Amino acid sequence: MAKRVLFLSILYQDMEESMSEAGYDYKVVRGFTYSALFWLVIGLIVGLWIAFEMFNPALNITPWLSFGRLRVVHTNGLGLGFGLAGIFATAYYMLQRLTRTPLPFPGLAKAHLYLFNAAIALAAVSLFAGMNTTKEYAELEWPLDIGVVILWVMFAVNVFATLIKRKEKQMYISLWYLIAMTVTIAVLYIVNNLAVPVTLFKSYSVYAGANDANVEWWYGHNIVGFIFTVPVLAMFYYFLPKATGLPIYSHRLSIVSFWALIFAYLWTGAHHLMLTPLPEWIQTVAIAFSIFLIAPSWGSVVNGYYTLQGNWDQMRTNYLVKFFIVGITFYGLQTIQGPTQGLRTLNAFFHYTDWVVGHVHMGTMGWVAMTISASFYYMIPKIYRTDLYSIKLANTHFWLILVGQLTWTVTMWIGGIQQGAMWKATNPDGSLMYNFLDSVTSLYPYYKLRFAAGVIYFIGILIFAWNIFMTTRQQPVEAEA
Amino acid sequence: MGINSKPVVFAVISAAVILVGTVVTVFIPLFMPSTQPVSPYVKPYTAIELEGRDLYMREGCNNCHTQTVRPLRTEVLRYGEYSKLEEFAYDRPFLWGSRRTGPDLARIGGKYPDSWHYSHMESPQRLFQQSNMPPYAWMSKNRLDTSNSFKKTSVLGYGYSETDVKNQIDGFRSTVTSESYASKESRDQVTPAGLRSELTEMDAIIAYLQKLGRDVKNMEAAK
Repeated sequence: MAKRVLFLSILYQDMEESMSEAGYDYKVVRGFTYSALFWLVIGLIVGLWIAFEMFNPALNITPWLSFGRLRVVHTNGLGLGFGLAGIFATAYYMLQRLTRTPLPFPGLAKAHLYLFNAAIALAAVSLFAGMNTTKEYAELEWPLDIGVVILWVMFAVNVFATLIKRKEKQMYISLWYLIAMTVTIAVLYIVNNLAVPVTLFKSYSVYAGANDANVEWWYGHNIVGFIFTVPVLAMFYYFLPKATGLPIYSHRLSIVSFWALIFAYLWTGAHHLMLTPLPEWIQTVAIAFSIFLIAPSWGSVVNGYYTLQGNWDQMRTNYLVKFFIVGITFYGLQTIQGPTQGLRTLNAFFHYTDWVVGHVHMGTMGWVAMTISASFYYMIPKIYRTDLYSIKLANTHFWLILVGQLTWTVTMWIGGIQQGAMWKATNPDGSLMYNFLDSVTSLYPYYKLRFAAGVIYFIGILIFAWNIFMTTRQQPVEAEA
Repeated sequence: MGINSKPVVFAVISAAVILVGTVVTVFIPLFMPSTQPVSPYVKPYTAIELEGRDLYMREGCNNCHTQTVRPLRTEVLRYGEYSKLEEFAYDRPFLWGSRRTGPDLARIGGKYPDSWHYSHMESPQRLFQQSNMPPYAWMSKNRLDTSNSFKKTSVLGYGYSETDVKNQIDGFRSTVTSESYASKESRDQVTPAGLRSELTEMDAIIAYLQKLGRDVKNMEAAK
């Protein structure tokens, strides 16, 4: 209980501090917010384009627009462009407020912002042009990899310098998650991208065969964990109490969850390689730790739910709470579905189908996008000392992305079950019942529905971007603290 | 309260915590012989096959095609012998993929003649009206760039001399441009007249596809 009061007081002091603003650098926060919105819209347009190609290949008009190249523009654009920019925006904000310390190197942060956008633009162009290492979520060629590492160091310098100079002695939960992210992403990115260059635009991985696969999915699983889980939990733990005025339910639970999560995550990558030639023990260890991972994941879910104890009316009265609570619910579902589909028998059925595509998108379109949306809705009016342009539009945004995402993912799950079943179906004489093309064409109705769901989602996101943009154009309300 | 007020110590402990699983499941296997078995049947790619593989990567074929057959009854029935670890000894990077929008390709080599691939890659819809595979017609319109072929094979340590690589390229060119090439008609249909006597990107990617799974067929035959 004492801890709970202490942490509540950190959040309160932070609130008091906003009266004076103490020279916080908000330019970089704004810049990364706009960048996140920009890359979100671009990434979704590409997503809609490839969703259409899935049932109408005529859209593969030029080499640059062919599915194989565009899919990586979509994943990188949203994962690195939107995801990272959203993380940087909120991280620079939380970091300064929670330490009550302005950024020590605002010039470096500014350079980080400009270089980040230049790098994402170059990354998109290079992927369009087919410079693709093919390692999922690490497709960029080596010169851009070096750029990414430099950008990460620029960010880390400000993170640690702020933490070292901080005025608030205790580090709040969100700061633990930011530290873990800063350290882990660096390790993952460098190890997985080690390659021998052939030319400026081409390199070969230093690992071969099964080891390359093992390193890649250790990276692939954890980059998702430390971009789409860890920093988003940092936002959740900071912005939920701020938006509701309620302290996090259990400090002890957040400590246990944090250490258990970051310990167990790194063992689980090989559940992406189930039934491949990778040595079986690595796969089995990954299954065991995936199951274990449910506990710390739900630690955060429970902590979120219990924070609202006795105040559930805020789901109705406070538009921000919906985003956070529905968001963490998708996180909870995601972290049960993931370990379940990693089990060998279920994986044999679901792997390589659209089921997994649905799984990923519940996390990204549900948990990540909702939490970042609400964080921006809280943060931007605070920075501009004004109110949100329209709560009504924010509610519309919420319902559109909820309906869009649910339709999207449920459609893909059903399509995945259908295709998995068709691949396994045999005739009484033991021969295969369907050829491969049958299983593809049977999915076209689902692909059309998925595209429609994507359009609904996209409209919701446009409303989100519009609402933020209009908020920034309002006159400051001086009385606002 | 201990480490919650010491950011550097906190970062160091975090790093140690994430490294435990990393070392056990990723770093140690890198040095275990069991993750890198070799087989006399598995040969490195020729310079042309390697160029084809690079084109496969450039076009992101791995986004829709896997290259690993799982040891499941219906899967072996559909594609052929399940994948063995030693088959991938020369694969840098691995191309196992994660989604089968199209079929697995680990056993595609030798399944169809080159002529089938020329027509199919030119327009998958001409062969299968309902297919959603993108057409890759432009690949027969692009001359194959072999200027880095030797450098590539030496970076990968395939052990070819510069002459070996030149001979592989010249030999392959004379095969596919020869009057007696079995798939000449299909090749000529998709290749512009000016490029028919040269190597195109299409020639290389088909050479790569035809290599996939061939070694394992030899391995199984020898048993």
